[in-house]
Amino acid sequence: MGGKLFRNFSFLSATISFFILIGIFSILFLYAQDAISEFGIDFLFSDEWEVDEDDEDLGVFGGLIPIVGTMLSTLIAMVIATPIAMGIAIFLTEIAHKSLIKPVSIAIELLAAIPSIIYGMWGLFYFAPVVQSTFGGNGVGLLTAGIVLAIMIIPFMSAITRDAMNSVPDVLKESAYAMGATKFEVIKDVVMPYAKGGIIGSIILALGRALGETMAVAFLIGSVMSLPQKVTDPTTSIPVLLANNFAEAQGLEMSSMYYLALILFVVSFIIISIAKFLFLRKEVK
Amino acid sequence: MNRLLLNKIILVLSTLSAILGIGFLFWILITLTYKGLSAINLDIFTHDLVNGGIRNLLIGQFTMALIASALAVPIGMFAGIWLREYSNNSKLAFVIRNLSDIMMSAPSIVIGVFVFAIFVDPFGSYNGFAGIIALTIMMIPIIINTTDNMLALVPKELREAGIALGGSKHKIILQIVIKAAKVGITTGVLLSFARIIGETAPLLFTSANNQFFTMDLTGQFPSLTVSIYNLATYPDEQSRQLAWGASFVLTVIVLAINLAGRYLTRHKK
Amino acid sequence: MSNNLVMDIKDFYFTYAGVDKPSLKGINLPIKKNRITALIGPSGCGKSTLLRSMNRIHDLYPGNRYQGEIILYRDGEEENILNIKKENDFIKLRQRVGMIFQKPTPFPMSIYDNVAYGLKLAGVKSKSELDDRVEEALKDSAIWEETKDRLNTSALGMSGGQQQRLCIARAIALKPEILLFDEPTSALDPISTGAIEELIAKLRDEVSVVIVTHNMQQASRLSDYTAFMYLGDLIEYDKTEKMFLNPSKKLTEDYITGRFG
Repeated sequence: MGGKLFRNFSFLSATISFFILIGIFSILFLYAQDAISEFGIDFLFSDEWEVDEDDEDLGVFGGLIPIVGTMLSTLIAMVIATPIAMGIAIFLTEIAHKSLIKPVSIAIELLAAIPSIIYGMWGLFYFAPVVQSTFGGNGVGLLTAGIVLAIMIIPFMSAITRDAMNSVPDVLKESAYAMGATKFEVIKDVVMPYAKGGIIGSIILALGRALGETMAVAFLIGSVMSLPQKVTDPTTSIPVLLANNFAEAQGLEMSSMYYLALILFVVSFIIISIAKFLFLRKEVK
Repeated sequence: MNRLLLNKIILVLSTLSAILGIGFLFWILITLTYKGLSAINLDIFTHDLVNGGIRNLLIGQFTMALIASALAVPIGMFAGIWLREYSNNSKLAFVIRNLSDIMMSAPSIVIGVFVFAIFVDPFGSYNGFAGIIALTIMMIPIIINTTDNMLALVPKELREAGIALGGSKHKIILQIVIKAAKVGITTGVLLSFARIIGETAPLLFTSANNQFFTMDLTGQFPSLTVSIYNLATYPDEQSRQLAWGASFVLTVIVLAINLAGRYLTRHKK
Repeated sequence: MSNNLVMDIKDFYFTYAGVDKPSLKGINLPIKKNRITALIGPSGCGKSTLLRSMNRIHDLYPGNRYQGEIILYRDGEEENILNIKKENDFIKLRQRVGMIFQKPTPFPMSIYDNVAYGLKLAGVKSKSELDDRVEEALKDSAIWEETKDRLNTSALGMSGGQQQRLCIARAIALKPEILLFDEPTSALDPISTGAIEELIAKLRDEVSVVIVTHNMQQASRLSDYTAFMYLGDLIEYDKTEKMFLNPSKKLTEDYITGRFG
């Protein structure tokens, strides 16, 4: 019967995400085995990355530098992006005149639609020099990458925050206004607490996304395997290291890259899950 | 007095944030247009990368994105249909729904690594199929999410009315429910197409790149985005120019599809 | 006895999924052929639940429990529709017992396709037969004149009242034995309401009607028989005139005179 077939095929399709997820975990774990058994947990704290020219199964690899680079660039991005994204959300929900809301939202959505490689191009040739003249350094480095990363995640964060803020019932806000509260106080005391879950969720989700951002950061972080001493120093991150070096790697080095990919995937997964399950619970109708 | 001042400050800061956001948008678009337009001429559309053009890159990128869509859209839609119409919001549906959402935000470079391991490594060479698979994996969760949400907006009475006329469940879904959600789903498909056509990371070590025109998916396949990444790092001015030209073309395409998708739902809500 | 009955509900209990207490308790209700039977009662009394049991539309949502019998009579044969399990049989049931909902539910297709939908599902293929039956249904629903020149335009462009009449046309195209109306005019303006009531009154010749309404004037205007329900019980069932002028139970009288509800 057509009905049964339809239903079964639908179910099969639904399970695909599940299988892909399992597949990714399994493959990454499998190919990272050599590195995991060779370096263990110390991999996370070692800053060496030495390829053995003669034997591809030898060499010393440690993920500290890319891990630190990933964390720091994301941190800088979050610190910059969060207040701005909140500001935009507040502007769109509480301040903007009705006729302004649509065009401004569309502008923000277009920012989100721009491919990350374009951010990289623009960042490298236009923004990096600005950072250089303002903060010193070479232009490419942790700071530049962090700032451009911030620009990239702002639209996403402000969209989710805005949805959360829009879900506050008007009556609640009206009651506060009726008691003589200022706009800011209504936002602070009524809207924010009510939308708290969605707002925190948006921050964490944006963090999860920022961790995995590759192309823009690849253009801007410098791709240098060294720990940054100053915020303007070049360094690298896990996605950038993978983007630039995965293809040529072999043997133990490649296994170490799989190890890094696994770490990135697991951490992103955990962070995004936290955002989803603790703060952004989907209401099922 | 203090309260009012604080209020004013916050409101001004918020407005400034919005202006900042829009400012960056314009800054990016203007520089892109300025640099890109000067690099655009008829030649780059009629020549392949090997001859200083982007023709094969455009065709290659579109080809991979189209085939990926042809795979991802049916799978994603059927999955969304199961979630919304058949699962009765069981625990399993809860898990699948959320897993799919998580996959939407997963790092694309990791997907590239994954597909490399299963579709490139065993065959010994980069190939277009692997690139397509990577793009498909990225697109499926987005389509699932869109279909799920759009179907949820269809009022339950419509389904009941169909059943009340003696329709079988799958006929009702196909002939009535999907039709009612048609516009929203189409927009979702367009927006996700715009998203994957601009992707670079998943292609880096799956389909890689190809200077020449080819439709052979068993070997390295031309990609606009990967080319931009490569060209931008070459020292010569000509490559940089081409990178800007390609960037401009890519952005125009992506934003155009985006706006088209939003235009479709202009009447909604 | 069964000559003038089209449906007979006997000792019927209904419990929603995941709930312990039944929402309908021991309902005994005859539905007379070619008559209009109204189900009235305050919110939550179970009248919609009972109506939706008559075409087993509850079965869209798993986990509900039934007890008792609902007998459907035709040409001397009787069938307990609570025994239906196979999808094919459900389909046949719904072709015999149609339903119109509170909110007009035009399908996202043309007016013609809307009315023809049930027919196509039932296997009618010939274009000329479809044309004839669509025209007949639209005429019987008193919207032929308004739609005959725009049959291929979208049904979504019609007004609420027109859409509801379209839904009625859609249902009667299948020539069902029973038509169930679930508060069909509560979402409509007074003029559309009047038109629909007129339509339902005329339909009596072709079908048997069961109508759930919270509007007592509507019940007394339209129906031949009325059943008054309260908190899942059938309190009283009688000829409409008698029920409204001289109810037997005090509870019925209190409801009808507006003391509660």
